Amino acid sequence: MANSLDDLFRFHQQALSLRSERQQVLASNIANADTPNYKARDFDFAAALREATAGGAATASPLKTTSAGHMNGAPSMERTASGQELKYRSVQQGSVDGNSVDMDTERAQFTDNAVHYQTSLTVLSHEIKMMLAAIQG
Amino acid sequence: MSMFDIFKVSSSALNAQSQRLNTVASNLANADSATSATGEPYRAKQVVFSATPVDESGATGVQVAGVIDDPSPMKTVYDPRHPLADENGNVTMPNVNVVEEMVNMISASRSYQSNVEVMNTAKTLLLKTLTLGQ
Repeated sequence: MANSLDDLFRFHQQALSLRSERQQVLASNIANADTPNYKARDFDFAAALREATAGGAATASPLKTTSAGHMNGAPSMERTASGQELKYRSVQQGSVDGNSVDMDTERAQFTDNAVHYQTSLTVLSHEIKMMLAAIQG
Repeated sequence: MSMFDIFKVSSSALNAQSQRLNTVASNLANADSATSATGEPYRAKQVVFSATPVDESGATGVQVAGVIDDPSPMKTVYDPRHPLADENGNVTMPNVNVVEEMVNMISASRSYQSNVEVMNTAKTLLLKTLTLGQ
């Protein structure tokens, strides 16, 4: 039973954690809107969710290191905490300082992501209520 | 928790933008300061932003890498009655470009507002998450 409860909630749990991660990436873009040579980053949410819900290894386990010079594959500016590969956003209108943040795109994506986060939250909440109703009768 | 990192990221941006606003204020205030404690005319200051990771989670914040003196040439004004005028009657005035500073000010305040909005959204999402299942 516990297992099927987990299965029921897994999809939206994965979606929420990916949404919150993407929210952080977009916040970084907005914060660095005036930083010279900063390139806007993002990850493919649909692909990440597909991988995560397919039970695939979307999460990168840290690589074993035996020397200080080894790269440990830890989260960096190239990857998020759960190992999503960060890509560069294609430049709509370049700027002379090498910054590729387009404020309109970023804010639209940020709001879109926030609304989707709230949607997942609402659906998850309803699923929990549904299960409680089933348990309590 | 990655959502909490948004507060770190945005507050680093707020800090950086308010420091930029501070230099704008100081530049505008000293736009006519022909001398200073060192005896030299005031030189416009500019902040240099750099992207920096706030922690191990990969979140990228902003830090002020440094405040530099504006390298543009100083203004020379002909005013023979000025006490600091040289033998030709010229006074060296600060290299503050008022138009540039006003643009800088507007840009800094808009960026500040955007980051406050980002923080507010993150706060709303976190508070909503706390009510999950109620």
